[in-house]
Amino acid sequence: MPDTQIDDYFKTYPDESGHFGPYGGRFVGETLMGAIYELEEAYKQYKNDPQFQAEMDKDLADFVGRPSPIYHAENWTKKLGGAQIYLKREDLNHTGAHKVNNTIGQALLAKRMGKTRIIAETGAGQHGVATATVAARLGMECVVYMGAEDVARQAQNVYRMKLLGAEVVPVQSGSKTLKDALNEALRDWVTNVDDTFYIIGTVAGPHPYPAMVRDFQSVIGREARQQMLNTTGKLPDALVACIGGGSNAIGLFYPFIQDKSVAMIGVEGAGHGLQSGQHSAPLSAGTPGILHGNRTYLIQDTAGQITETHSISAGLDYPGVGPEHAWLKDIGRAQYVTVTDTEALDAFHELTRTEGIIPALETSHALAYVSKLAPTMSADQSILINVSGRGDKDMHTVAAMAGLNF
Amino acid sequence: MSRISECFKNLQADGQTALIPYVTAGDPEPWVTVPLMHALVEAGADIIELGVPFSDPMSDGPVIQKACERALKNDVTLDSILDMVKQFREKNSHTPVVLMGYSNPLEAMGYQKFAEKAQVVGVDGVLTVDMPPEESGEFKQLMDSHDIDTIFLVAPTTSAQRMKKIAEYAKGFIYYVSIKGVTGAAALEINEVTAKLEEIRRYTSLPVGVGFGIRDGRSAAAVAQVADAVVVGSTLVRCIEEHANRPQELPAAVASLLAEMRHAINARDLASVSA
Repeated sequence: MPDTQIDDYFKTYPDESGHFGPYGGRFVGETLMGAIYELEEAYKQYKNDPQFQAEMDKDLADFVGRPSPIYHAENWTKKLGGAQIYLKREDLNHTGAHKVNNTIGQALLAKRMGKTRIIAETGAGQHGVATATVAARLGMECVVYMGAEDVARQAQNVYRMKLLGAEVVPVQSGSKTLKDALNEALRDWVTNVDDTFYIIGTVAGPHPYPAMVRDFQSVIGREARQQMLNTTGKLPDALVACIGGGSNAIGLFYPFIQDKSVAMIGVEGAGHGLQSGQHSAPLSAGTPGILHGNRTYLIQDTAGQITETHSISAGLDYPGVGPEHAWLKDIGRAQYVTVTDTEALDAFHELTRTEGIIPALETSHALAYVSKLAPTMSADQSILINVSGRGDKDMHTVAAMAGLNF
Repeated sequence: MSRISECFKNLQADGQTALIPYVTAGDPEPWVTVPLMHALVEAGADIIELGVPFSDPMSDGPVIQKACERALKNDVTLDSILDMVKQFREKNSHTPVVLMGYSNPLEAMGYQKFAEKAQVVGVDGVLTVDMPPEESGEFKQLMDSHDIDTIFLVAPTTSAQRMKKIAEYAKGFIYYVSIKGVTGAAALEINEVTAKLEEIRRYTSLPVGVGFGIRDGRSAAAVAQVADAVVVGSTLVRCIEEHANRPQELPAAVASLLAEMRHAINARDLASVSA
């Protein structure tokens, strides 16, 4: 990859119609085209509006609890015997994950645009909870679409959303998981396009969502970059984050993209192993195609039908990935690897016992990769991991693996 | 002149409105589709819209979603659908066939390969629901060079500026989506449709068809008064669903439903001519 491509990255991507190289774009039905242009205009206007920024910063500080700290995981570092490991603690955010950084931004935008109704899709329920939370605060009607399978396996988050006043609609079509929830949310949006704002939870969807969600999540990387400089006096050698749709990863990576010395590693879910066909790793084992408004890597068959995915973690259980990751992979600026369900589960227990931090199963994928990477590096090098969420929501899943039921 | 343009020219000369049934290819079983297409023509179809099933049909309501699922259970692919068109053409060389669906199956085959195959088997038009003009540059060029009409949607939410752009890209006819919503969701408002069609015609001389929200002979006839074509989808697909376990009876049942609409449209066409 030519260095100039990286030097000009911030100015170049996406282009004005939302493309990252061949990826991204606006692949939606005509009924929604007006709405996504309207959103793009509003976003452009408020992105550089000091009042909007000030309001968002205040919410991120007082409501979310930012900045989230970085934590030097000394026990785990010692145990692995290699690079110094730092954790960016997004698990300490209000609602327990990075998702709220984005819902705060989009909800403020919805309010400015005069929309009165909010819809969202959710997989594990973290984005649904983060959306229901901001909707409750702004007094807006909120409908969350969730695959019927996920409703069953994430009962606690479903109840949280209901407590917050949201209506949770179980989606019975297709594989009854996150991708079907996204389909159904898009169908709702087409039907109620005049008064409804669709808060997409990841860096997917049609332009401007991938760029907009990235911008809202970039607060993670901006803070972390400064925090690492303050704490260690230099930039980290590697960033590691898990990838479902890819919003926590891009949030961490983006501010470091032009820092060429910093390696960026995204970790996808290999599920039962890539060979088994039961995984959620489009960047590692998929092919480019078009789904949910953008061109990106997908898990699909040779005829272009989306095939079922599997991950122990509902938040990674998605057949696509944000188009910017597809591009970062192709130009070689980021590297994408996988870990299996079992490896993730081991890492979940490892961090819990050595550091007293119970991570989300999504995050545990990033941790599992670091347990292999860190020993290959030297003690004067450092790795920064995005701890995208806390593991409370996964208690049922983890207990069930141990044969326990609450 | 394309088979689609020819078809509209002939109908317009006779003061008639085109009737365009939509059925999902391979639903409920692959062997049904070609006999069903012939039955539809006999019942008064002027153009056939053949749905290419997709695993994630985001613009469709439950009726067509289920049709896609039934078809995909039979491993229907874009390749096998092109074979169906080829078979259909063995006995019918005059009825235009439009493939309607989503981008990804086309993307998976490759636009170039699709264009070549589709032209050879006798596909006349393609409507890709999730590919607006903005994203269709390369695709449209290939369709143009293989004499396949690119049909685009206009929606109630489409601005005048966009209509202009769509008119530049569209060939064959323009498809007006008469409701805000997914296929089969609601009944259309004829006054709103009339007003929008007037607006669309300021930007294009192409025929304008209306679809989404036409449920019976009455609404078909009402739309026929203002549109150049009436597209009927979910109503027919629901009938297919009802006959999914008796596929032998299915072509006749769906055809008789379409014939009712044809009859209602013709009666109104006649009435307006004599008035």
